[in-house]
Amino acid sequence: MSKRIEVENLNVFYGKFLAVEGVSLTIEPRTVTAFIGPSGCGKSTLLRTLNRMHEVIPGARVDGRVAIDGKNLYDLDVDPVLVRRQVGMVFQRPNPFPTMSIKENVLAGVKLNNGRISRSDADDLVEKSLKGANLWKEVKDRLDRPGSSLSGGQQQRLCIARAIAVSPDVLLMDEPCSALDPISTLAIEDLIEELKRDYTIVIVTHNMQQASRVSDRTAFFNIAGTGLPGRLIEVDDTATIFERPTEKSTEDYISGRFG
Amino acid sequence: MTARAKARLGDRVFQAAAMGAGLLILVALAAVAIFLIAKAMPALVASPEELKRDGTDFWPYVPPLIFGTVWAAFLALLFALPLAVGIALFISHYAPRKLAQGLGYAIDLLAAIPSVVYGLWGILVLAPAVRPLYEWLVNNVGWFPLFAGPVSGTGRTVLTVAVVLAVMILPIITALCREVFLQTPPLHEEAALALGATRWEVVKMAVLPFGRAGIISATMLGLGRALGETMAVAMVLSPSIIISFALLQSQNPTTIAANIALKFPEATGLGINALIATGLVLFAITFVVNALARVVINRRKEFSGAN
Ligand SMILES: Nc1ncnc2c1ncn2[C@@H]1O[C@H](COP(=O)(O)OP(=O)(O)OP(=O)(O)O)[C@@H](O)[C@H]1O
Ligand SMILES: [Mg+2]
Repeated sequence: MSKRIEVENLNVFYGKFLAVEGVSLTIEPRTVTAFIGPSGCGKSTLLRTLNRMHEVIPGARVDGRVAIDGKNLYDLDVDPVLVRRQVGMVFQRPNPFPTMSIKENVLAGVKLNNGRISRSDADDLVEKSLKGANLWKEVKDRLDRPGSSLSGGQQQRLCIARAIAVSPDVLLMDEPCSALDPISTLAIEDLIEELKRDYTIVIVTHNMQQASRVSDRTAFFNIAGTGLPGRLIEVDDTATIFERPTEKSTEDYISGRFG
Repeated sequence: MTARAKARLGDRVFQAAAMGAGLLILVALAAVAIFLIAKAMPALVASPEELKRDGTDFWPYVPPLIFGTVWAAFLALLFALPLAVGIALFISHYAPRKLAQGLGYAIDLLAAIPSVVYGLWGILVLAPAVRPLYEWLVNNVGWFPLFAGPVSGTGRTVLTVAVVLAVMILPIITALCREVFLQTPPLHEEAALALGATRWEVVKMAVLPFGRAGIISATMLGLGRALGETMAVAMVLSPSIIISFALLQSQNPTTIAANIALKFPEATGLGINALIATGLVLFAITFVVNALARVVINRRKEFSGAN
């Protein structure tokens, strides 16, 4: 399943510091949306508000609205734990659990909340998720080895397998390729292309080629100066952003004439 | 022959200092071991008759002491470990920051209290306080071998000693566990959270597995202290040389260290050697326990996250 995300007038704070201001943005189901912009403009911060991971940082809070299929994630009756089961996340640095085997890593999310799963279902799910993450062939003979025994690129795909094993509606990726070599990067870009069929995907990237290769829509964020909040400058179809952006600053950033 | 790259002075000094410190520990350890063995030897080779003449005995005497030592330390650990891990988790992951800091200081202070004070507390406060509980246990669940009667009239039993020891080793285990839990990489905690883990599930998935080796090391330090504790045990227990699992009776096994402290002042001749030999046994027990801990830690080294 795949769902629409609507962000309305979102302000994001770290304590008193307003990090992101006034973002409104709609993300359609079964699309890939790229967040681009200079360092510190609040891309990660905004991304983490989409699954309520922002609030695990002490003092961090938001105001505004983030709705998934019409339901505001920040309504008082919403349990953040359930939100995170619905919205998966892949981090910048691959972070498989080092104390678990490859197989246990894939099943980690499924076993949460007393989730029980029969042995054969578990084996099927492991295979399906690892195939979904394009990792099955490389690891099928060593599923009981520690997750940390894999290469960086393989670890990142393991993290993707772990995220999709719980069949979320949305997949958030924060610079998933920034720690990877070009081949692994291509593998993950291909994977995003396939995952798009089932999931709504939001990806943060510093790599313009990557944004133009994988995304349908691109959102450009900018920051006026240090200590000032980041803002959404414009969001449009990726082709439009890269060929005919409305804003001058977008064009400057994309063409590398920034700062 | 190719010339070796010249080592930097700082590196060489540091290497020498580190090596020296390492050697010093080995030398100290060897010195203690040699002392113990040399002094224990006469008692180990002496015939029962010779030992009798100096008012002592060794071989029949050692098993109850080993039992008492291990039993009291084991019970203490049984109480202290879950509590310590719980407190450490509370401080590192649940408590509001101010409260966590206060608790941390309180725990560290506990670690600085001398064991005589714990012994006094055991005699004057704890023993009278637990007597009604002991009586209740013996009357109601006395069929369970551990709680078999007759109940001790003073409350000064091996169970009381175990509680005193538990309180003594609690701070060190807690303090180390807290440090270990605070070191959990945020990356792994966030990985668990992002999968939809509750706070307790984060602890189970990321914090405890990551801290496993640290918890074991902390436990070993605590256990070492419990095994070797002298004053508190010697003060609380009126010792007998017996092997008994009963927790609430007036006859209780004593520990090696307490026994040495109590007997040493009046020991003569081979008696002294026999006591030192029991010290050697304690040394060996500690060694074995630590070796076992190493084995446990290394068994899942690949999964330790130390890479
Ligand atoms: N844990 C935090 N506590 C306080 N401020 C933070 C925290 N994390 C980020 N910030 C601040 O919020 C602002 C946005 O940071 P964010 O990490 O979202 O930027 P970003 O666009 O992801 O940058 P990059 O491209 O370098 O990853 C920055 O000014 C940063 O200093
Ligand atoms: Mg970022």
